[in-house]
Amino acid sequence: MGLEHQLPEVITTRLESVVGWARKHSLFQYPFVTACCGMEYMATAAARYDMARFGAEIPRFSPRQADLLWVVGTINHKLAPFLRRIHEQMAEPKWVIAFGVCASTGGFYDNYATVQGIDKIIPVDAYIPGCPPRPEQIIDALLKLQDKIAVEPWDKYAYEEKKRLREEEGIIPALPLFQRPE
Amino acid sequence: MAQDFNDSFDSYDPIDQDINNEPMILQMGPSHPATHGTVRFTLTLEGEKVLKCETEVGYLHRGFEKECEAATWTQVFPYTDRLNYVSPLLNNFGYALAVEKLLGIQVPERCDWIRTLMGEVSRLSDHLTGIGAGALELNAMTAFLYAIEGRELVWDLIEQVTGARLTVSYGRVGGLKDDLTADFAENWKYVRSRLMEIYEMTHKLLTRNRVFVDRMAGTGVISQDMAISYGYTGPVLRSTGLNYDVRKDHPYFKYGEVDFDVPIGSTGDNYDRYLVRMEELRQSIRIIDQCLANMKPGPINTDDPRVMLPSKERVYNSIEGMIAHFKIIFEGLQVPPGEVYSYTEAGNGELGFYIVSNGTGKPWKIHVRSPSLIMMGGVHKLIEGGLLSDIIPTFDTINMIGGECDK
Amino acid sequence: MAKKLIDFVQNKFASEVLDAHSRLGNDTVTIKREKLVEIVRTLRDDPTTKMNYLRTITAVDYLPRQPRFELVYVLYSMTHKHMLILRVMLEEADLSAPSLHTLYGTAGWQEREVWDMYGIKFEGHPDLRRVLLYEEFEGHPLRKDYLKQASQPRVELLARERDSVEEYNIYVNDRPSSGSRDE
Repeated sequence: MGLEHQLPEVITTRLESVVGWARKHSLFQYPFVTACCGMEYMATAAARYDMARFGAEIPRFSPRQADLLWVVGTINHKLAPFLRRIHEQMAEPKWVIAFGVCASTGGFYDNYATVQGIDKIIPVDAYIPGCPPRPEQIIDALLKLQDKIAVEPWDKYAYEEKKRLREEEGIIPALPLFQRPE
Repeated sequence: MAQDFNDSFDSYDPIDQDINNEPMILQMGPSHPATHGTVRFTLTLEGEKVLKCETEVGYLHRGFEKECEAATWTQVFPYTDRLNYVSPLLNNFGYALAVEKLLGIQVPERCDWIRTLMGEVSRLSDHLTGIGAGALELNAMTAFLYAIEGRELVWDLIEQVTGARLTVSYGRVGGLKDDLTADFAENWKYVRSRLMEIYEMTHKLLTRNRVFVDRMAGTGVISQDMAISYGYTGPVLRSTGLNYDVRKDHPYFKYGEVDFDVPIGSTGDNYDRYLVRMEELRQSIRIIDQCLANMKPGPINTDDPRVMLPSKERVYNSIEGMIAHFKIIFEGLQVPPGEVYSYTEAGNGELGFYIVSNGTGKPWKIHVRSPSLIMMGGVHKLIEGGLLSDIIPTFDTINMIGGECDK
Repeated sequence: MAKKLIDFVQNKFASEVLDAHSRLGNDTVTIKREKLVEIVRTLRDDPTTKMNYLRTITAVDYLPRQPRFELVYVLYSMTHKHMLILRVMLEEADLSAPSLHTLYGTAGWQEREVWDMYGIKFEGHPDLRRVLLYEEFEGHPLRKDYLKQASQPRVELLARERDSVEEYNIYVNDRPSSGSRDE
């Protein structure tokens, strides 16, 4: 007896749950691969530790068609403007994973050339430590990101509009998304 | 009225129109799937033909040389792993050889055998990645999956011996981190049989494939004189017909005592480079078999007290052992002052280390002669004059690794 | 074989050689800067030496010592399989050397790398710009008086690291509740 025999014809649910469920299982990725972590990314996407079974199947090599940006490997100051530009070119909803310890905090390259963590350039949703992380860690990070996407309010990106409305109505001054309250 | 129509038709001559026929400038930017790592090409195209190509590297410059000046001699090993990150053991052993030359110490025989063996295992991983990624970019995804499965098997072997899959830090000055595991020979037998199957399957898929041959043969040609002048070594130089392999010409470790052939190409195009790499896979398997057959049990680390950490019993039970341990770790090995240039054969060509020491525990300067950076200096000669779509197989068969190129 | 190359250079250019040794198996000759191109051209073209392959060009900075910089050229012959290292001492006030780009194709990028990292100018080089770093970078990082962590960012870095989970919670708890969501 399969699922199609059990479910009724109409189900009631919340729109946010359905949208979150659909978004998390169909992530189009943009692998911004620079360094050694790229080898482990390649291994995760290949046949043994298959990333496609979690819905993250195709690397779309254009930021306009992707919604998950994997920043894989060390980012240095020469490449930083390009990373910011690529993030800006992606359409919302978009998420970012910092893959490896060089992208999360700079790794053990603490010198004039490297950016000490990409969260100084773009906002990040998941950090994967490891040098390089094992494929099991990468899949774990993908699952955690999927859990996060599933519970996001689906009007997350309407914050500008809501902020304007709340300030006009004067209820609570809204906080912009990337500043802490003083 | 027919007259008017014909007149207006005659005055419209498409050849007199102002057609814009300047060459187009195209950026193949730093984040591109076909550039392994981050390289930027500024191409001047006329139709599909490349007139001029300007290369720009440095998008992965991590300051290797400056970091090494602030670390002790043993702390440099993790940095060398990340140079050519698909064959890290070859870099480790190249650097260890250079420092041992400066110190003037000899490692035991078993260490040399294991270094030869693990170096060739790493070279297998390098060539499998190169062939697999190259096939992927020419849209042969099945060959990619076969090659990556072969690489996973090789990484399983490396993980059993060293503890890590990719960045291993297995070499030490004067020896190695650990001996081989007891069941290494049996695991190698299984991996070897699977690798031969994968080699046969990839060979059947690619080598006689009409589309593959059309894209690879005759593209990216370089002549032998040009290759020597632009500093190419490794499979690229051997594909032009010159028989230069550091393992045969200036043998180090145990390469003088094992029997292997060096594949030489003839035309210097992409197809020859692909064939050279495939044949080097088989020769590496041959070398590993001979190493396992000829190795005898024995110590793997030299017992020179300036260089080797004392055993744990002596460290915890005697004051001399504790002081020796403390000084070697905190101050680093005391390498006598001098300079040396030592070179080994890495996956892409000749990897050289020019090391300057001033007598303290930290190096004064380490310069890496990285084959990839030098190849990128001459890659415009391979690309100019060809088509835009020939850049992809050319770049794959050169196998530029970003970590090595930008140090 | 060990002394052959050193003898060759000393016989032909006795006035230019300052020092020669063969420690650790590497034949090394220290020469003056003036006739560098001529010496290398002779080494490349003479049939007994035939050093047609330039392995690497690099520089060393001995900061407290004068002369401060030293250029190192490693030459090799594919036909005879022998190697020679040439060293040229340079003062900090007069930091330039003739370029070898007409003799070897690979000298172009190697000299650009030495310029990028140490600031040594090569006269006659057609295109002397930085190769590993970006144009706006000021200074030459491998010199001993350049601080290792002195970075020069190109984009404006955000001031503090943000904990995006916490930020997200602030945002979520702060919005007015929609109709069906009641916790």
